Amino acid sequence: MALSNVKGIVPLLSKRIGLGLVTLWVISVLIFVGVEALPGDLAEAVLGQSATPETVEAFRKELKLDMAPHVRYFAWLGAFVRGDFGNSLANKRPVADLISWRFANSLFLAGVTAMIAVPVAVLLGILAALYRNTLFDRLISIATLSTISFPEFFVAYILIALLSVQVAIFPSIANINEQMNFWQKLYAIFLPCLTLAMVVTAHMMRQTRAAIINILSSPFIEMANLKGLRRLRVVVRHAFPNALSPVINVIALNLAYLVVGVVIVEVVFVYPGLGQLLVDSVSKRDIPVVQASGLIFAATYVLLNLLADVLSIVSNPRLRNPR
Amino acid sequence: MTAVLKLLRSAPFSARLGMGMVLLTLLAALLAPVIAPYSETEVAGDVWLPASGEHLIGTDNLGRDLFSRLLYGARNTIAIAFLITGLSFVVGIIWGFLAATVGGWMDQLLSRCVDILMAFPTLIFALMVLSVVGTSIPALVIVIALLDSTRVYRLSRAVAMDIEVMEYVEAARLRGEGLWWLMRHEILPNAMPPLVAEFGLRFCFVFLFIAALSFLGLGIQPPTADWGSMVRENSGAITFGIYTPLWPAGAIAFLTVGVNLIVDWFLHIASGLQD
Repeated sequence: MALSNVKGIVPLLSKRIGLGLVTLWVISVLIFVGVEALPGDLAEAVLGQSATPETVEAFRKELKLDMAPHVRYFAWLGAFVRGDFGNSLANKRPVADLISWRFANSLFLAGVTAMIAVPVAVLLGILAALYRNTLFDRLISIATLSTISFPEFFVAYILIALLSVQVAIFPSIANINEQMNFWQKLYAIFLPCLTLAMVVTAHMMRQTRAAIINILSSPFIEMANLKGLRRLRVVVRHAFPNALSPVINVIALNLAYLVVGVVIVEVVFVYPGLGQLLVDSVSKRDIPVVQASGLIFAATYVLLNLLADVLSIVSNPRLRNPR
Repeated sequence: MTAVLKLLRSAPFSARLGMGMVLLTLLAALLAPVIAPYSETEVAGDVWLPASGEHLIGTDNLGRDLFSRLLYGARNTIAIAFLITGLSFVVGIIWGFLAATVGGWMDQLLSRCVDILMAFPTLIFALMVLSVVGTSIPALVIVIALLDSTRVYRLSRAVAMDIEVMEYVEAARLRGEGLWWLMRHEILPNAMPPLVAEFGLRFCFVFLFIAALSFLGLGIQPPTADWGSMVRENSGAITFGIYTPLWPAGAIAFLTVGVNLIVDWFLHIASGLQD
C-alpha cells in the first residue's frame, strides 16, 4: 500500500489534524470556563455550612479564583502542560499523583479488552456477513442486539451473578495493585474486561457485518463471482482490501467509545481507575480532580476519533490520490 | 393515516415484539398510581424479602415493595426522559432550521460550535457540569437536553436544507412570508417523518443516559424511584446471592431492547437493502 501520491494526501491530513488540535484547545477552554460561568458560587457550594466570609476568601485564594479569568486560564494551562494539576480538594495531595497510576490502570483494562474484542468482533462480523441470513447469522444478530441494548451495568451484574456468586470463580471486586504480577492482574480484571468486551464486540461486530455486506453487494464482487472465481479468493483478494477502510474506522470509533464505557464498569467493579476517580470526585465536588481527569478523558476521546479519521483517509485509495 | 397502518402491518415479527415491549412499559408508567399495590416510598416489609404473595417481586434494600417502585420508576424516568427529549428537540429544531434557512455565517458558526460540542464524550461532559451545578432535576434536564440537541440540530438542518429548495418555499418567500412563518408552516410539516423517527431513537438514548447517571449517583436522587438509582441502591445484595438489582436493570434492558428492535426495523427500511 505505497503512498503513490504523497502531495495529495498531506493537506487533507493536516487539515484534519489541525481541526483535532483546535477541538482539544476549545475543550480545555470549556472545561476551565465551566467552573466559572456556571451558576452557583463554587466556594459557597463546596464549603457548605462552613462557609463564613473568611473561609470563602481562603478557598477562593487557594483555587486562585481572585485572579482575572484569562490570566488564570493560561496559568492553569501552563501548569497542566508541565504536569502540575493542582491539589485535590478532598485530601490535599497533588492531583498528578492520584491520576497517573489510575490512568495507567484504566489504560490496562481498556487495552486488554481491546486486544480480546477486536479480533473476535472482526472475525464474527466477517463470518456473519458471509453466511448472511443463515441460522448462525440470525443467532448472532439477536445476541449482539441484546447486548448493545443492555446498559453496561446490567451485563456486569449478570456476569457477577453467574461467574462470581453462583459459581465462585472470579472476584466481583476488581482490586489490583503494584505487587501483583501480570497474570494475577489478569485474573482480577477478568469480569470487568469480559463485560466491556461483550458490549464493544457487539457494536463492532454489527458494524463490521454491515460494512462487509455493503461491499459484497458491489458490482465488482458480482463480476468476480460471475467470472467463476472461488469464493475464498473473492473474499480474501477482492472484498477484504476494500473492507479495510470502513472496518478500521469502526475499530477506532469503538476504541473511543471504550474510553467512556470504562467509567461505568470501573464503578460497578470498584476498579481503581480514572473513571472511578472521576465519578467519586464529581460527587465530592473536588473540582481540580474533575477538571484534570475530565480533560484527560476528553483528550483521549478526541485523539482516538482523530486517529479513526486519519486511518480511514490513509487506507482509502480514493482519498489518498485526490484529483 | 392509512399509510401508517399499512406500514405497521408490514412490520416483521421482531419489530412487532419491540412495539409490544415499548407499549407495555408505557402502560405501566401511565397506570402506576392505579395498579401499584404500595406507594413509592412506603416501607412495607423486611429488607430484601424474596417474592411472595404480599410482594410480587420482593422488597428492596429499605424494605419498600420492589414492584411498586418499578412501576413508579418507569413513570418518573420516562416522564423526565420525555421532557428532556422534547426540550432538546425544540432547541435543536429551531437552531437547525435557522441554520438551514438563513445560511451564510450563521450556519457556519452554529455548525462549528455543534461539531465541537459533539466531539466531547457526553458522559464526561455531563459529569463535569453536574459537579459544578449540583444534581437537581432542572440542572439535569437542561444539561442533557443541551447535549442531545446537537444531534437533533444535525438532522433538522439536513432535512430543512432539502425542503428549503422546494418551489413552494420559494413561492412563500416571494409572497413575503417572514422567516418564522416559513419555518413553522412550510418546513416543519414536511420535516415531520424523519424527525418523529429520530424522536423515538433519542428518547431511548436519553433514557439510558439518565439511568447511567442515576446509577453513578449523579442523576435522579433518592427517595424518588428511578430504575438507575434502584440498581445502585440494591447492588450490595448481589454479593449475598440475592438478585434484587437485576430487576430494575432488567427493566431498563427490556425497554431499550424493545426500542432497538423498532429502530432496527426503521433502519432496515431506510437503507433499502434487499435480503
